[in-house]
Amino acid sequence: MNIGAIQIEKKHVVPLWARILNPIIFVFIGLAFSSILIMAVGFNPIKVYSKMISYSFLNMRGINGSIRAGLPLMFCGMSVSIAFKMGLSNIGAEGQYAMGAILGSAFVLFGPELPVSVRLVVMFLLCAVGGSLWALIPAALKACWNVNETIVSLMLNYVALLFMDYLCYGPWMAKNQTTPISEAIPKEMYLPNIGSTGINSGVIVAIVIAMLLYIFFKYTTAGYQINVIRNSKNSAEYAGINIRKYVLIIMGLSGAVAGLAGFVQVTGVVHRVQAQLPGGSGYTGIVVAYLSQFNPIVVIIVSILFGGLVNSSAAVQIMGVPSQIATMLQGSIMVFVIAGEFFNHYRITLNRSRSNVNKSNANTSSINESNANKSNVIRSNVGKNVIKSNAGKKASNVSNINNVSDMSCEEKHREVREIAQ
Amino acid sequence: MTAFVVSICSAAIVYAVSILYAAIGEIFTQRSGIMNLGIEGIMLMGAVSGFLTVYNTNNLGLAILVVILVGALLGLVFAFFTVTLRADQTVCGMAFLIFGSGLSGFIGKNITGIATSVKFQKIEIPLLSQIPIIGDIFFKHDILVYLMYLIVPLSMFYIYRTKPGLILRALGENPAALDKAGINVFLLRYIYVMFGCAMAAISGACISLSYTNFWNEGMTGGKGWIAFSLVAFSGWNPAGAALGALLFGAISIIGINMQIYLPGIPSQFYSMLPYLATVIALIITTGSFRKKRSEEPTALCQSYDRENR
Repeated sequence: MNIGAIQIEKKHVVPLWARILNPIIFVFIGLAFSSILIMAVGFNPIKVYSKMISYSFLNMRGINGSIRAGLPLMFCGMSVSIAFKMGLSNIGAEGQYAMGAILGSAFVLFGPELPVSVRLVVMFLLCAVGGSLWALIPAALKACWNVNETIVSLMLNYVALLFMDYLCYGPWMAKNQTTPISEAIPKEMYLPNIGSTGINSGVIVAIVIAMLLYIFFKYTTAGYQINVIRNSKNSAEYAGINIRKYVLIIMGLSGAVAGLAGFVQVTGVVHRVQAQLPGGSGYTGIVVAYLSQFNPIVVIIVSILFGGLVNSSAAVQIMGVPSQIATMLQGSIMVFVIAGEFFNHYRITLNRSRSNVNKSNANTSSINESNANKSNVIRSNVGKNVIKSNAGKKASNVSNINNVSDMSCEEKHREVREIAQ
Repeated sequence: MTAFVVSICSAAIVYAVSILYAAIGEIFTQRSGIMNLGIEGIMLMGAVSGFLTVYNTNNLGLAILVVILVGALLGLVFAFFTVTLRADQTVCGMAFLIFGSGLSGFIGKNITGIATSVKFQKIEIPLLSQIPIIGDIFFKHDILVYLMYLIVPLSMFYIYRTKPGLILRALGENPAALDKAGINVFLLRYIYVMFGCAMAAISGACISLSYTNFWNEGMTGGKGWIAFSLVAFSGWNPAGAALGALLFGAISIIGINMQIYLPGIPSQFYSMLPYLATVIALIITTGSFRKKRSEEPTALCQSYDRENR
């Protein structure tokens, strides 16, 4: 592309350090942008940010709180990542989380009295099944009739949350309560802290699942096939990969992991079911997944940082800053990181040699020049031209090639006109 | 009985209009080849900015102007991302959804739940509102509804009967051909994305300034998504969208009214109706079991890149 004196050129190889550094830089730019908004509402952004950091990350209690707040985000983030790995956008993590929590808690609250370990295992499985079944609705519609999974999974969020509302305001409501919460689960079923650290052991569940997912996507045939499907549906079909089967498997898996967010939240944090239990984690999970570039292990780290964000929004609320600051920051971070992606894929250079452009316009012999400069210009007789440019070329070359391409287009048109006549 | 039917029809129209602005805007955006998933976030920004303006100035005209500007500004940013930076449109839409709902909650925190004294008043059109039944249903609304009566036929005419409309349709089908014909694909996409976002913002303002007269965090409650699915439902056709919106309007209004007549069923199940209806409508209209060719623009969701043409 050629905008005035600025040249935009595709990069073909992105080094690892650039892929890591780039989002980090743009997170800071996002924070800088948000500080303008914070100032606009009448607060000192430096004070707000330093308060948030010192509350969430500079002492053990804060770190524990951040991890606890980040627990559901880990699972939702992983859930979204799984679907994105195949190019599916499952934005229904919120509803799958709710359904997982409902099914798992139904067993604990109303199921038979069994040994604690058995009940925990059954609850774990039921949470996964609940989320999975809820995700299979959009998956089945996608697999059978190619119905857009984004909209269906999102609509089902509202249905699931309303169902949860119904349970918590109706049949499940705890006795002598006016708030929509259920009875607490038995004390012995609470997820313990790790040793004396105060860190919730739910994080171990998350790490184990992240490891399993990493291995699944990296080292198994299924993982490889999923990657093929994402990169090119056509090649996958030619290779005989059953795409429909994978839509069901991946969405089911994605829903199961989202349902487990319900498991850790109920057993580890709130110890009961309440209305609006997910509280937007499903949506934040999308941001987390994107920032982690859909890598389940990175999801855990990002979730803890985001958990800190949520956690500290309560701390700055005392200063009078609206608690919505957390969502606002998440949104602007995501927007800026997406913008930053561009610089990973394209290189922008300023074209200083404007005279070159004019020369190539006037003189076709510049094609030879650019040929001499190690770029391949292949022109076929029909006028159809394919231009390949090697990465890492000087800017002046690119300008030549662009002009050549425009020129040969005109030639092509002329030829077509001649044939028509 | 007549009064009951009339009140339901009239309320359905008000509901329909509040999603129709966003849906028609999105039809234009998608026909130009860009998919904006972030309508919900932009609607919330429109709702909060319109409400803030009215809260501070009591001036509805100024509020609509501000709403359109806010929407267009967000559209400009969205277009910059998807057209110029060629970012993934799905991810970008999600980012706008989250950013919009977060930012609207953030700046609207202090005015949550406060009612303004001014909102769009119902105007009875002389003569027309005198017609029995029809007058009651169609001609006792506020100005945003009457505007919509004009926008639907005008947008139909624009898309199917004018030269710019032809170019718009081509933009979503084959941008490369337009580019070769000397038409600025990038500029046009910018314009249509900004138009779509401005319309979505007006939709938000409908909710905070006409439907109700207060602001509440997340008050659009999925209406942006209903508008989004309406686009596919309508086959990218404004008149179809209007019919669909009336259908959704009727379903949710009937749901609310049924609550009064059948209190045995918990209210939450009635609230589920519009979402379930959306899913069912989506299956019926876009499911691949249909023989008819889908109207979906071929280049939808593909950023145009000259190097790849």
